[in-house]
Amino acid sequence: MKKLLLSTALAALMAVPAFAQSDEPKLGGNMIVTYKDDVATLDPAIGYDWQNWSMIKSVFDGLMDYEPGTTVLRPGLAESHTLSDDGLTYTFNLRQGVKFHNGRAMTANDVVYSLNRVVNPATQSPGQGFFSMIEGFDAAAAGEADGLSGVTAPDANTVVIKLSRPDATFLHIMALNFSFVVPKEVVEAEGADFGKKPVGTGAFKLTEWSLGQRLTFEKNPDYWISGVPYLDSFTVEVGQEPIVALLRAQNGEVDIPGDGIPPAKFVEVMNDPEQAALVVEGGQLHTGYVTMNVTAAPFDKVEVRRAVNMAINKDRIVQVINGRAVPATQPLPPTMPGYTKDYAGYAYDPEAAKKLLADAGFADGFETELFVMNTDPNPRIAQAIQQDLKAIGINAAIKSLAQANVIEAGGTGTAPMIWSGGMAWIADFPDPANFYGPILGCGGAVEGGWNWAKYCNEELDAKAAEADSIVDPARSDERLKMWSDIYMAVMEDAPWAPVFNEQRFTMKSARLGGDDALFVDPVSIPVNYDYVFIKE
Amino acid sequence: MPAYILRRLIQSALILLGVSFITFVLLYILPADPVRQIAGRSATAETVASIRSQLGLDKPFIVQYGTYLWNLLGGDLGRSYLQKTEVGALLVSRLPATLLLMVAAIFCELAIGLTLGMIAALYRGRPLDNVLMLGSFVSVSAPQFVVALLLLYVFAVKLGWFPIGGYGTFAHLVLPALTLGILGSGWYSRIMRSSMLDVLRADFIRTARAKGLNRTRVILAHVLPNAILPVIAMVGIDIGMFMSGIVVVESVFGWPGIGQLAWQAIQRVDIPIIMGVTLVSAFAIVLGNLLADLIAPLIDPRIRLR
Repeated sequence: MKKLLLSTALAALMAVPAFAQSDEPKLGGNMIVTYKDDVATLDPAIGYDWQNWSMIKSVFDGLMDYEPGTTVLRPGLAESHTLSDDGLTYTFNLRQGVKFHNGRAMTANDVVYSLNRVVNPATQSPGQGFFSMIEGFDAAAAGEADGLSGVTAPDANTVVIKLSRPDATFLHIMALNFSFVVPKEVVEAEGADFGKKPVGTGAFKLTEWSLGQRLTFEKNPDYWISGVPYLDSFTVEVGQEPIVALLRAQNGEVDIPGDGIPPAKFVEVMNDPEQAALVVEGGQLHTGYVTMNVTAAPFDKVEVRRAVNMAINKDRIVQVINGRAVPATQPLPPTMPGYTKDYAGYAYDPEAAKKLLADAGFADGFETELFVMNTDPNPRIAQAIQQDLKAIGINAAIKSLAQANVIEAGGTGTAPMIWSGGMAWIADFPDPANFYGPILGCGGAVEGGWNWAKYCNEELDAKAAEADSIVDPARSDERLKMWSDIYMAVMEDAPWAPVFNEQRFTMKSARLGGDDALFVDPVSIPVNYDYVFIKE
Repeated sequence: MPAYILRRLIQSALILLGVSFITFVLLYILPADPVRQIAGRSATAETVASIRSQLGLDKPFIVQYGTYLWNLLGGDLGRSYLQKTEVGALLVSRLPATLLLMVAAIFCELAIGLTLGMIAALYRGRPLDNVLMLGSFVSVSAPQFVVALLLLYVFAVKLGWFPIGGYGTFAHLVLPALTLGILGSGWYSRIMRSSMLDVLRADFIRTARAKGLNRTRVILAHVLPNAILPVIAMVGIDIGMFMSGIVVVESVFGWPGIGQLAWQAIQRVDIPIIMGVTLVSAFAIVLGNLLADLIAPLIDPRIRLR
């Protein structure tokens, strides 16, 4: 058994500078955040919107956690952990004295119950698939076994998790919302309503939920990190149009408009120095891309796909969305570990693109369809892409549909091209593996899968599996290099045309304090509620 | 009368059955898979199949529809696919807000529409009439989003007379009700104007004037009760219009009604919620029309219900 020192071992995975306090935190006060959509659920096994993601993080905890404002792993409910030499058995030592909001002490059995619950098909968790590396997953996920045979609790403070294959992403999975610890008796008493009456171990507890109006979270005085959270409470008001939320923020009634600055108001806000000073900009683990269905003509020819990559003027598309993004060169976003810094991507070159098309036998171009989600700014972006393609002779008809319809067309493989905006990949956890499996790997290239290009390169799949089997933190650079190579090979095959990486712009009230990194936290969107505070 | 009501109730039930069937068919043939929305982007084919079978979505259409109807008869609207909450509870939590807004908005529509319609009729052919009718034309064609934001900007943000959206007090109600009132008043003013013009030309009005009644009394006691009938029928139809148009106004003013609920559910193919909201809306329309028909004979004794 080798002891892992988390802080040093995982520092290599750092993508963002470590969190640093700029002001001395003050205790107390209430913060108001608004959203247009109602919050669907706060059940950590079910919630999978970017909106409820950070609320769930404040109500529940997992064995692992992240340094606030960064992608660096740190211990959560597990004080420490060890990994066996074969890389297959993790032993987590739980923190003592952690209590659920109902006052009961959290034990190892709760961890076992929570992991079994998320994998149980009756839970219908969208996160089930993340746990496939745990021993006994197949039987548990199929409902043939009571739980995961690989997850056991030898005593009240120890959880042992056996994997069926070494997996370097495992600790990230233990920091994912889906693995958060829930109290069995409350879940069983509430049944399906647990998502509206959540009880966790987190920094805040939900005290009020008026459907369609507001949710109030109050400080958990018994939280296991002393001194945290800083706020007494925060209120999430739902049903607010982004434009109205902005007006209210400008009027001092709202601290954070959760949906961000509406596109139509973006330039106006950023041109006003007073307002621009309240906007925090940060990277996001996001890539917007055009998929090309490699299984059907004409995109079965790599020359055609490369030509599309060269035809799209990414700088102009970034202008179309008022500079709220940076042009993308590859599938991974720049803030993701494993990103290849010295790769410039396909250069914008319509002439060379035309020549490639001619080489592929499409000197006169062809007709195709570009599917796009029908909310602004996506149709505008699709139009820009359409014009770029037209310049090299490709006539792409735009199919602007509701999100669910585009996803369906992508899954069934009936869409030759899809602009991913509005449905694009934002990483579940900050690891390069998360940008591959479901969207570029063979596993996702099935009927209904999210690999809309239907791209399947078995050689790369094998290499991805090999990279993820490197669990020794000392070899993490080697692993990241392998991932970098994988994405370079993907670019060579060009099933996607990566277009841009969205930047995040969070507007906050002047009275809010805390490091800027908290307001563009890569894992807690839009903000890490536990660590922000009110200055006056 | 009781026989009439009974017949109308049976008709209403049949209409609701038809609405439920058509909506169910449309959602069934929609090229979007609710199971994919539940299962998430990382789900395996097995997970998707398992969820599909748990929800009974792998069964033939007629079985799915039959099950839905059977549960509906038992008062069970099902659970939201994504929120996992009972649809009945979601509707109950939002319906009061929508009903309140609807009542307040109809009041505003009538207050604005009828007043302007009467003035236009009394000044028929004169510039004031033309201006009012042009105004009614503009009001019914104005986009809801624009009018709502304009009122919000002027009266809430700039003047600060009302809160910037929200729910709970009378002050919160004024702007959304006024928005809907202004937008809908055009229909009422036009109907009121033409209805009044008809009545003003009628013999009994000439008689009333001839026997020396003053103008105000003629209008209030004789013209109005006779001119108001088409307006009552209009209110019945209007309830249907509200159900379709209230989404935008609720959204701008952060009004927690069922319009918002429906909008979100449609985005995510949350079929139980879509069905629930559709049925409630259809019920409101049917009920509105029924009430309008029942009220009419109370105002005009010439109308008999058979």
